[in-house]
Amino acid sequence: MPKFVKPIIFLLCLVPLVSLVWSGFHGALGANPIEKVTHITGDWALRLLLLTLAVTPASKVLGWGFLLRWRRMLGLYAFFYAALHFLTYLVLDQFFDFSEIGKDIHKRPYITVGFTAFLLLIPLAVTSTNTMMKRLGRNWKRLHQLVYVIALLAVLHFLWLVKADNLEPLIYAVILILLFAARVWLQRRGKAIHHPAEKTASVNRFLG
Amino acid sequence: MLIKRPDDIKPSEITDEKIHLHRRRFLKTSAHTTLAAVAGIHLTDLPLKDAAAAVSLGKITSSPLSTDEKTTVFKDVISYNNFYEFSTDKEAPARLAKNFRTSPWTVSVEGEINKPAQYQLEDLLKPHQLEERIYRFRCVEAWSMVIPWVGIPLRDVIKRFEPNSRAKFVEFTTLYDPEQMPGQRRRTLNWPYVEGLRMDEAMHPLAILAVGLYGQVLPNQNGAPLRLVVPWKYGFKSIKSIVKIRFAETQPQTTWALAGPGEYGFYANVNPQVDHPRWSQSRERRIGEFFKRDTLMLNGYAEQVAHLYQGMDPKTLF
Repeated sequence: MPKFVKPIIFLLCLVPLVSLVWSGFHGALGANPIEKVTHITGDWALRLLLLTLAVTPASKVLGWGFLLRWRRMLGLYAFFYAALHFLTYLVLDQFFDFSEIGKDIHKRPYITVGFTAFLLLIPLAVTSTNTMMKRLGRNWKRLHQLVYVIALLAVLHFLWLVKADNLEPLIYAVILILLFAARVWLQRRGKAIHHPAEKTASVNRFLG
Repeated sequence: MLIKRPDDIKPSEITDEKIHLHRRRFLKTSAHTTLAAVAGIHLTDLPLKDAAAAVSLGKITSSPLSTDEKTTVFKDVISYNNFYEFSTDKEAPARLAKNFRTSPWTVSVEGEINKPAQYQLEDLLKPHQLEERIYRFRCVEAWSMVIPWVGIPLRDVIKRFEPNSRAKFVEFTTLYDPEQMPGQRRRTLNWPYVEGLRMDEAMHPLAILAVGLYGQVLPNQNGAPLRLVVPWKYGFKSIKSIVKIRFAETQPQTTWALAGPGEYGFYANVNPQVDHPRWSQSRERRIGEFFKRDTLMLNGYAEQVAHLYQGMDPKTLF
């Protein structure tokens, strides 16, 4: 894959933000702009999170190894939009009313899970550098498996806040389930392939 | 409380000056209107900004029941609507309801009354004088507006039907027409939409049947051609595009109460002390304002309506 593709994806991921800012300056955010900013940043945080999760299975199924080079960037963008989503709530929606925010996190399940998902994303973003990957070694992968828990919480966050029409959050839930299934399937297939080799190895060890 | 009054009394004699001045400004915008067939529904090229094709009503009197709070801008009132019959997206009804047919419109009036009948909308409205009622409107989703409705007191209409002693509740039904209302093609709610009031609530002077807002015929996305407005209750009680009014002895099964019995009750009175199970009701965002404001008990109409609920457990009034 040519080198210029990654910068293009980088810029594409900025489109939702640029369009939000543009709409904001042109008064095109509708009657309830704060609600709209909250929804759009939340939507993109979730979409980019699921896209990040799709990278590994897609690269294996399609045999496109180059996809893996975009995974970190997509994951960091998911964190970026989640942070904007949280900041919109903190600054625009609640305007630093910490007692009200505390009550929300404590009493409203959809906010509890949404806030938890955001908190869990922070260590993943912090440990996304090459240095941290090296330093954490095997634990890095363990830590980053948290992303599945985060995605689950994010979908629940959406599902629990809608009033009557569950269609959109259910679509995300189905995508997440498919991604889980793909991961499990790929792992099993991987094991099945490795199994004979492992057997030989153990036999060799036994003989040796 | 004086609700209807002869036309020869000038509004200035009853209304306080500030409200009156506001009213004059408002009447000016709907200047070239005459009382046409009943509600005087006729097309004019009203120079109201942002109104694509404004349809104005006839003569409208002011009401002492109006608030003098700053009204929400017209554009926001007609572009941010919860009207699930068209879409669950609040901006979509303005687009999807564009070609909604509101004429001819028949309202079936039935149940525990002496005069059940099928009314043409014009005939239903004919005997009544249209009034402007500027009310606070509080959605269960914690946003609010101030809307200058145009309508008639529900109680005056109900009296004409002559309810009998068994009429304890009024039930309203929205049109069911999936051809015209794309939101009804999916079962997001139990169609058709049904709402209801206890008889004494329906007979309260604040409850109106609205046919317009901002001096014009109700835009389709706001519940044309006939909707209920009950300002002390959450917005979902104010049912839109009404085709049936039924009087009953038992409490009606209302749509949102069926959809989420733990979240939406029959009464649905605005109450900052009783939270929605999933979010707080103590504050609201007034459309057009940045900071949230405190939600008022019974949406600020406690003085007028609190007596209706005396002795009732406020916990059952959500």
